This record gives sequence, C-alpha cells and structure tokens, in this order.
Amino acid sequence: MGETSINFAKASSAALQDQQLRGNFRRAMDGLMSKRAVQFADTAEWNGVRTLGASVRLRALSKLPELLEKLEANCTKNGIQVHWASTTDEANAIVLSIMQRVNAKLVVKGKSMVSEEMHLNAFLEKHGIESLESDLGEYIVQLDEAMPSHIIMPAIHMNTKQIAHLFKQKIKEAEYTEDVAQLTDLARRVLRKKFATADVGISGVNMAVAETGTLCLVENEGNGRMSTTVPPVHIAVMGLEKVVEKLEDVPPVISLLTRSATAQPITTYVNMISSPRKEGEKDGPNEIHLVILDNGRSGIYADEELRNTLRCIRCGACMNHCPVYTKVGGHAYQAPYPGPIGSILMPQVEGLEKRGELPHACTMCNACVEICPVKIPIVEIMGRLRSEAVHPGDAVRGAGSHASKAEAMVWKGWSMTYASPLAYQFATALLAKLGNAAPASLPLLKEWTNVRAKPRFANRTLHALAREKGIPDV
Amino acid sequence: MSESRNAILGKLRAGRDAHPLTPPESDFAVLRNKRWDGAERLERIKRMMEAVHTEFLETTEADWPADVQAFLTAQGTRNLLFGPATEAGGRLSSEWAASGMAGGPELIPYADRVETFKERLFDGIDAGITTTLGAIADTGSLIVWPTPEEPRLMSLVPHMHLALLRADALYDTFWQAMTENRWADGMPTNALLISGPSKTADIEQTLAYGVHGPKRLVVVIVR
Repeated sequence: MGETSINFAKASSAALQDQQLRGNFRRAMDGLMSKRAVQFADTAEWNGVRTLGASVRLRALSKLPELLEKLEANCTKNGIQVHWASTTDEANAIVLSIMQRVNAKLVVKGKSMVSEEMHLNAFLEKHGIESLESDLGEYIVQLDEAMPSHIIMPAIHMNTKQIAHLFKQKIKEAEYTEDVAQLTDLARRVLRKKFATADVGISGVNMAVAETGTLCLVENEGNGRMSTTVPPVHIAVMGLEKVVEKLEDVPPVISLLTRSATAQPITTYVNMISSPRKEGEKDGPNEIHLVILDNGRSGIYADEELRNTLRCIRCGACMNHCPVYTKVGGHAYQAPYPGPIGSILMPQVEGLEKRGELPHACTMCNACVEICPVKIPIVEIMGRLRSEAVHPGDAVRGAGSHASKAEAMVWKGWSMTYASPLAYQFATALLAKLGNAAPASLPLLKEWTNVRAKPRFANRTLHALAREKGIPDV
Repeated sequence: MSESRNAILGKLRAGRDAHPLTPPESDFAVLRNKRWDGAERLERIKRMMEAVHTEFLETTEADWPADVQAFLTAQGTRNLLFGPATEAGGRLSSEWAASGMAGGPELIPYADRVETFKERLFDGIDAGITTTLGAIADTGSLIVWPTPEEPRLMSLVPHMHLALLRADALYDTFWQAMTENRWADGMPTNALLISGPSKTADIEQTLAYGVHGPKRLVVVIVR
C-alpha cells in the first residue's frame, strides 16, 4: 500500500458491481448476525457482561501508563523481554534484529492485526526471511497475494470454488477439490512441516494482563499454540491499548469477544502465556519477546473523546452488522482494519490526509454502536473525524486536510442566509422560481445527484403557503 | 529503545493527566451469580463440548487405564504419548504392562526435551494423554496446565488428545475457576482452556476439524 490517499468511493463502486463478492459477504454476515443474536439472547446477561466489559476496558485506559509499566515489570520478572516501538518502522526493526540475532530464515505467524498494520510480512521478505501465515484464512489470503477483508475471517470474501482453484494453482502437491475437509487437510500437511522447522513464531495478543505478566491469545485452529510453542523463539506484537489490569478481567472480555466475533461461547483454545520455557520444562520457546507498539495511539489517548477508540477488543461485530461493510466488503476500505472500527481507527493512526475519506463510509445508522460489546460511541467519533477533516486543529494528524473552499463558502452562505429573515425570504423565493432549472451536474450538487434524484423545489415557499392559510410570519 | 519507552509513557501520562478518566466500578455479579447445580454441570459440559465434536469416555477411578487401553485398541491407535513421571502416567505404564493385552497401542513417554524427538512427534504419534485441572460449565472448556511432566505439545501435536477429567472438579465459570483457585498468585508458563478439537471455518464458513491441532478430543470422565 502506498502513501497516497485511498479512494473508498471508487473502490466501493467497483465492489458493488461484483455480484460474486456481494453474495459471499451477504451470506456470511447474515449467518453471523443471527448466530450472534442467539448467544446474547438473555438480555439481562448481555447487559451485565457488556457493562462489566466496558468498565474493564475503561479502567485499563484510566491507568494506562501505570499498567503498561506494571506489565513490563511482571513480564520481565517472568523472563519475557519487553520492547517499545513508537512507529511501525521501529517495531519492524526490533523484530528484524531479534531474527537476525538467531539467524532466522523461516517464521510462522499466528493471526495478528498489529502485524498487518506493520506490513511485517513484506518487510521480512525484503530482508530474506520467509514469513508464513498459519491461520487458514490468513494463509489463503497470503497465497492469493491479497489483504485480509475482515479482522476475524480474513478470507471471507472468497468462496470454496475460488479457494480450490487457488490451492491447485499455488500448492505443488494439490489436487483440485472443492471438499472443504480435504482442502483443510492439505493446508494441515503443508503447515505442519513449517511449524516443525520454523526458527521463530510470531503472534498477536488479545489481552495482556498487567497483574501477572500474562499474554492471552484466543483461537480455534491451534496455529497460535503451534507458533508460540514449537519454534525456539516467540515474538508477540501488541498495540499499547491491549493491556488489562487484573487476571479476573480476562473472562468477561473473552466472553464478549468470542460471542461477538464468531458467536461461539468460547474459542477452542484460550492460551495464557506467562513465561518462556523454564528449567526442567521440555517444550516451549526459550525466548519470548513482547513488542509494544504506539503508532499514533498515544495521540488518540490524549483526546478525551477519541480515546474511546482504544477500548476496542477487535471482535469485528461492528463490521458484521454494518450496512456499508456488508455491501462492499473489506477490501474497499484498503486498510488493515475495515468497517466502522477501521473508519475511526485508521484516520487516527495514519492521518486524515491519507484516510480522511473513511469516516464518510458510514450511514450514521448506529447499528455498530448498538452491537459494540464495549460500548464504543463509534458514530459520534465518526462525526468528530468528519469535522476534524475539514477544520484546522491538532487533535488528529492531518486535521483540515480535506477542507474545500467551495464547500466552506456554501456553508458560510447558508449560515448567513439563515441568520437574516430578509436574505432567507429572498433565497427561498429565488429557489422556488429558478431552483428546478439548476442542472444536476453543478459542482457539489453533483456529489448528491450521482446516486440520488435531484430534489424538486415546490413552486411556492412554505411561508407563502402558510400566509395563504392565514398564518402570519413570526 | 528506552527512548521510545520513555516518550510513549510520557505522552500517555501527559494525555491522561490533562483529561483524567474515572471508570465505572467493575461489577462481577453477572459472573459470580452464574451457577448450575452439581448434576447439571457435567451434563452441560458434555452437551456443549459434544456440540463441537468432542467425544466422551465414561469410566471409574479403578478402571480408567484399562478402559483407555480398550478404547484405543478398538480405534486401531498405534501409540499413545504420555507423561511417565505423573501419577496417571505411572498407572498407565504399570497397568498396561500387567494387562498383557495383545495388539494394543504402544506407550511412548514424553521424557526428553522436544528437540530430541520433534520429527517423531510430528510424524509418528497417534494420540496423547494429559490430565486436567477440571472443566467449566459455562463454556464447556477443559482447564489444562502443562507441566515439566506433561509438556505443552502433548495436547496439541498428536492427532487425538485424550484428557482425564475428574467428575468432581467442575466449575461454573472461567472467572470462578481462576478466582477460587487464586490463579493470579502464580501463573504457570502456559495455562490453557481447551473446548474441542482444533477447528476452522475459514473456507466459506464451513466447519472443518483438525486443521492444525488434534482432529479428535476424547474426554475421559473419571468418577
């Protein structure tokens, strides 16, 4: 991905034309929404655990610097080496230096959104290190040389047939089959060899516990366990917001996460890793490194309202329920994090110059807010970012970068017109006479009429109609 | 890299101090009050785990080594990885040796560091057996804490994982298990919840089992 700004409008138009893609998403999201509803059918329980989950995240944010220090101290005491990175470049350099020290040639990776944010695979490959995704969805996307289109189900945009063709084309020993069990078995055979021979395993972190220095990882496949147990070195990468205060904070967050994400009461595996291999233990990595990444998060944290973005537990429920995401899919956002959470997170992390269009990828319908298990006010933040994009300021990088002189003049004119009864009367009378003659292709109006009918003006104003009925102007 | 550490923490502290946040109290009542009665717990665990393809073998304290041997023999399992230094491992090796059952699986001890037999572990082991610290009724999960005697990969690499579950070691929720047993006072290298065999739905939402870890999970309920 280059440094130029992305074009969501263009990418989403293309996605809307792709009937196959729309079908794949529609089916998947409908299924996820109804299955999730069953998991939270007990409204009192949902309200209780949701309120608890939100309080756990808010408490962690209220003590964030202290908890990160405590996490570092406890991890270090347990033998986990902690590294800090202000930028993704710095995080990549830290990972590379560990790899070079152990002369690593092959890395197996569990799914990690932060590593997507770092573009870690491409970076490692540039330095001669093979970095293999081991989550089946990520593996499929990597074979396809594409990006994940969902944070929980990276290959949700593809159907079985497409994956069958991909495997046949890219895996040497593959026979063409559309049998999911056989395709899965093929991936198992290929990846098991890699787990057994990899030099380093990389994982993300769903939650890090300050109290005990424990890294929590939830997963269904076992690839997370493989990546963090078999290779001699394990590197975990996490955004700095992923810390929680106490071990007892873990169960409610995991319950919200797994039920919201895939409608499972829990995932097959919940890993709690607290140290590298100890004296006498027969397996597990000899070294564990934890890389804590900022990448703009400390800036987000400084703003009282935007800070709420950092509550996110990365469950993906907001995208599953978003009418925009479910129509256009994840790739249209051209970002590691798509959907509603991506639309507020990406502009804050990468700047409004590059990502200022994303907060507009929203109908403000509030579906994401209703579903968010930790009650993030996504739509309010979306509105705030729209405003930041056109007004100079320093809360978000690139504030004011989407300002348009023509738009500003129109709003100014609108405000002046509405502030003066005389100007208002004149303007409405003029629109009643001439408004319908204005062509749909006028600048600014065109943005609206591209996808909607041009509004028709009545030939008499409301004031005139009221006067006829004997209602006087105030 | 401590420069970044100090810069990040300094920025966070300044941001927080300028706009402090008072979080609401965390009320754990929703987890504290989640209870099932004794008989219901095990039924619920079985129901939830069976829904994700877990198998169950019911046995008794006296008979479990023989019942496991008979089960694996009937399955055609060639061998079983076990921890020879555990109490359960001791019973397995002595009782299987004494049983004189012909054609049963071979017992393979996990007695050395993984580096010495990684190849065989990945390519020649059919099943592994571990103990558990109990199970959780809320989610249908086994609690597994690997130890030097029962290493981590025993429950992950073999195609079948057998897990011994004492029928009196059941908890209502994950939260209760960790708070009642004061886990926070000393976490092991790796603590695990296991709720079924390895699975994925990454190909068009179609469930497939055994993508990376065990294809079968057999819970041996010991009463």
